[in-house]
Formats: sequence, structure tokens, C-alpha cells
Amino acid sequence: MTDAPVMTAPSATAPVMQATALQRHYEVSGGFMRKPRLLKAVAGLDFQLTPGKTLAVVGESGCGKSTLARMVAMIEEPTEGTLTLDGKPVLPDDWADLRQSVQIVFQDPYGSLNPRQRIGTILMEPLVINTKLTKAEREAKAREMLQLVGLRPEHFDRYPHMFSGGQRQRIAIARALMLDPKVLVLDEPVSALDLSIQSAILNLLTELQDRLQLAYLFISHDLGVVRHVADEVIVMYLGRAVERGSKAALFAAPQHPYTVALLSATPQANPGAEKRRIKLKGELPSPLAVPNGCAFAPRCWKAQDTCRAKTPELGAAPHSAACFFPENAG
Amino acid sequence: MTLLRIRNLTVEFATASGAFRAVDSVDQDIGNGEILAIVGESGSGKSVSMLAVMGLLPWTAKITADEVSFDGQDLLNMDPRARRRIIGKDLAMIFQEPMSSLNPCFTVGWQIKEALRFHLKMDRKARHARAVELFEQVGIPDPEKRLSAFPHQLSGGMNQRVMIAMAIACKPKLLIADEPTTALDVTIQAQILDLLASLRDETGMGLVLITHDMGVVAETAERVSVQYAGQKVEEQPVADLFNTPHHPYTAALLDALPERATARLLPTIPGVVPGQFDRPAGCLFSPRCKFADAKCKATPPPPLGTDLGHARCFYPLNTADRIAS
Repeated sequence: MTDAPVMTAPSATAPVMQATALQRHYEVSGGFMRKPRLLKAVAGLDFQLTPGKTLAVVGESGCGKSTLARMVAMIEEPTEGTLTLDGKPVLPDDWADLRQSVQIVFQDPYGSLNPRQRIGTILMEPLVINTKLTKAEREAKAREMLQLVGLRPEHFDRYPHMFSGGQRQRIAIARALMLDPKVLVLDEPVSALDLSIQSAILNLLTELQDRLQLAYLFISHDLGVVRHVADEVIVMYLGRAVERGSKAALFAAPQHPYTVALLSATPQANPGAEKRRIKLKGELPSPLAVPNGCAFAPRCWKAQDTCRAKTPELGAAPHSAACFFPENAG
Repeated sequence: MTLLRIRNLTVEFATASGAFRAVDSVDQDIGNGEILAIVGESGSGKSVSMLAVMGLLPWTAKITADEVSFDGQDLLNMDPRARRRIIGKDLAMIFQEPMSSLNPCFTVGWQIKEALRFHLKMDRKARHARAVELFEQVGIPDPEKRLSAFPHQLSGGMNQRVMIAMAIACKPKLLIADEPTTALDVTIQAQILDLLASLRDETGMGLVLITHDMGVVAETAERVSVQYAGQKVEEQPVADLFNTPHHPYTAALLDALPERATARLLPTIPGVVPGQFDRPAGCLFSPRCKFADAKCKATPPPPLGTDLGHARCFYPLNTADRIAS
């Protein structure tokens, strides 16, 4: 079943994708006769994706995590910074060829499948466009993939409305895998699913990663899920990475006050657990008016004059926070 | 004291392909100042049972019950005018989607004052003062200005706070919150849950929290009722439910939580929730249950006693003679 030739595992440590100072800005109309304003959805992000590993990006709505997913999946062009795939720069001219290696699974399994196509057609579509396989080969590959994601052969001729949310998400994953990608971008893949379905999809993703040595960019707001699937974690706030570290280090000793607050706000399914919730002041600022200095300073309980004047940078250490006065430091 | 008392509530929807039973003989009691959580997956009938209490179901729904009473009044056979005087005043509800539950054509101030005018007969000045006070209470900054905002000018978290302000405007005795935080970020979710709990502490209202998030349940609720495919399968105080679940469904649901995971692969529940056409004859969970035998598949189990969490199961877990699950 897994004799797909393209999926030979590369050396385990070489990153398949690397991003340096990645930025994405949007111009937002300021109104009639006014100058357009600049919205920095992603304001400088470095990361790398390694085969067989999962990089999780967490943050609240408006922090730029979906924009990041769209840049990595080559739906949008970065305004600044570079993205490399297998050492080669990702430029819009080459997108058509490179897109085969990076595929994306969206959050809403109801909106991401064409209701008028049969499952088989949905799965074969990427092959029609991107490969020269014959019809019989395409169908064979689609049926094989159906089995790989845990669906039955008779599902091949059915329409999306005949499936439950969990099954649809399996179809979306199968479609993403049809071109043997190296990188899979998962944009909130389980947040629309029920708990009992969620665990099955998470297991499927784990199994597929083990088998195919995929690199995952896992975008989520659910820290419980991230804690389970991630190897590395990046916490984003208003377009910037405020903390980066291995899962174990970051959850055991969060350094950035925002990460600490986020962890304390996440409800734990343990009624006996001690509750020490950090209440953040105010609201998330508009991304059009990001405060000077540290973007989190207006809501931070440790903020001092330095924080409002200078922007803290992420350190070079494997686990570091963009903060002048980190928690749990040392 | 029991505030809301439901006995043997069944809701059936007339569909083109026959009747669909969304809620199946549910009993529920909610007392003053109590926080009850109703958990279940989508399609478990947790919202529908509460909408039936509120009288907000469409005409296709057929509601039957032995008793649905609120504060001593029979809600089942009440005439609609009398019901309108209770709903929104003593019995209020917060809906899941704040964006689609608010009227986009009116300012949020107008919408909140409408309830004050209708139920409390306040004059204009008193209404305004009360609306400002409510906005302050739910943590909306700059309330005077926000009262004249339209829903689309506010964020999701703000709109949800407006919904809460509206629901508590007339100091209800019972507040039903249907997934109040599902659409919100965790830091805002924490604020909203704290707000609901503190309202309960201040006013002594009862609170029904409908949710699918086990974390929210663990942190907020006092008593938990688990629903599956329209039936209440278990009910226990929150600590007992998480430590010693009696129904296999509850146990499987808790095991599936990623944060409780011990291995790389999570335990899963095979199969799906039964639908309209594949409803089993016996226990509704039996096709997915690892303990099910022929008896489970043939006869529906009646609810057990209070000590076993009213579990609808022939072979409850975590009992004296079945410690290990």
C-alpha cells in the first residue's frame, strides 16, 4: 500500500522548508481621499519544517496564523523575507511546480469539498492537473489513498454531503496527500470536529506522518491539541512570534507573559486542578494600530518603560521569548 | 429548591422521511444558584432540550413531557402570552453565535433596552442608566459610546458580552447558556466564564451551561449531565464524573481528550452517533461500546440509581465490584 516511489524519506535532520524574516502586509483603504493604511498581518517570522516533525503555531484570532498558512501553501506571496523549499527559494514564478510539495487542509470540511463532485473525482483532480498519469492509474492511486485515510472503497462514488464531518476531513486529508507532498499545512484541522472524531483524525495524522515522513505545519488555537501533536511550538501575537521552543520546554516553563496567560486561560479537563487564571487587561489591539515597542505591553502586567519604547526580539536559543522580562528564565 | 424540573421530555421532529427523535425521555432538575453543565457531541440533543423549555422550537417539533415546570409554573400548557412574560425575564438564554443572534438593523443599546422596556416597564432615563450599568458589569469598556454601536462594529467577544448583558438585564432566576464561548478565543473565554460564575455568586441565579468542551465543564460546572443521541446517559457531580465515570460513553469521551493522552495515539470511539435510520433497538451506545453484549443490543437499559450517576447501562464502570475499567 505504501509503495509510492516519491515518498522516500530524506535524511531526518535536514529541514524541508525554511522561512527567514517572513512578512506579509496588506494595504487597507483608509476611507475616501485618505491614504491607505498598512496592516502587518505577519511581521517577521523565522521557522523551519523538518520531515517527520510537527511545528505548531498557536495564537488567538487576528495573530496572523492563517496568513502564515496561506504563505507557506503558496496562496499568497510574502511581502518581505524568503521561503525556501529543499534549499531552493520559493518564488511566484515557480509556484506551479512547487505547490505539489506543499498541500493544505482547511478547517471547515463542509466548505472545502465541492458538493457537486464525487469523492473519486475530488481525489483525482490534483492528478489530472499536475501529472501525466493515465485515467486507470489515477483511479488506482485515488482508491489506494482512500484506504490509507481509513475510508471504504464504496465511498469512491459518493458525494460529500453523504459524509459526516470527520469523514469529510479524511477526504480533505486524502486529497492533500494525492500529490505526495513533503509539507502538509493543517489550518485548524480538528477544531470543527467533535471530541470522539477529533481523536481519530489526530491519530490518522500521526500515523500518516510516521509512514510518509511528512513535515506538518499545524495551526491551532487549542493548546490541548497542540500539546499532544507538536514537536516545536511557536506562539504568535499580532503577527510576531513571541515565544518559540520545543513542546516540552514551552509547556513546562513558558517564558513570555502572553504564553503564561494563554496557558492559564486554557480550561483543563481536571476538576481538581488548581485554578490560577491570569486576567489580561483590555482587548487585542487592532492590527492596524499595533502599539510601539512590545505589542503585548499594553495588556502585560510586567510592562515597564523599556517595553513601550523598544521592540524585544526573539533570542537565538532553542527556547526563547521576545520579552525583556521573561518568566521562568534561567 | 428546584427551579426547573423536567420529566420525561421527548422532542420529535417531523421530517420528510418520518419522525426524528432528537431528545429521548430526558429528566433534569436545576436548583437555585446551581451550575449544571450539559455535555454531548453535536446531535446529542442538548440544545434542543433547552430550546424546548424556552419554547423556541419550530412548528415541526413535537414536544411531549410528563412535566416541564419553572419556578412552580407549568411551562408545557402555558398560553403563549404568559410564556412571553417569563421568557427573557426570569428565564433567559444566551445563544451560541452572537453575530447571528443580534439584529443587525438596530444598535446594541436599542436591543438591550427593549427587554428593559417590555419586562420592567422602565422609563427612558432608567433604561439608559441600567444599560450602561449592565455593559460595565459584563466588562464592555466605554459603555456610553458602545450602546450606540451596531453589532457589525463590535468584535465577536464584545457581541457575546452584549448577549450576556441582554440575558441578565432583568435579573433572571435561570440563565441557559448555549455554547457561550465556542466562537471565542481562550483569553476571552476565560473572562466570559468568570463573568458567568461571578453573576451566579452575586445574584444566586441558576445556570445551565451547554457545551462540548470538557475543559470548560471541569472548570465551571458543579453537576454534569452527559447526553448521547438524545438520551441523558449519566449525571454526576463534576469531580466524580471526571474521576469515576459510570457510563462507558463518558469514560470513552474522557479518554479521547488529547490532554489526558499517555501514548502517541489517542484512544478513539469507533463508529458514529446513530442517526435517524440506524437507531439501535437496545442501548444507543451499544454499537460503539467495547463492553456491549447481546443483552445491551436487545433491550434499552433503564437509568440506574443516584449512586451510579443515573447511568443508562447494564454494566456500569467504577462500581464497587468493577473498579478497573
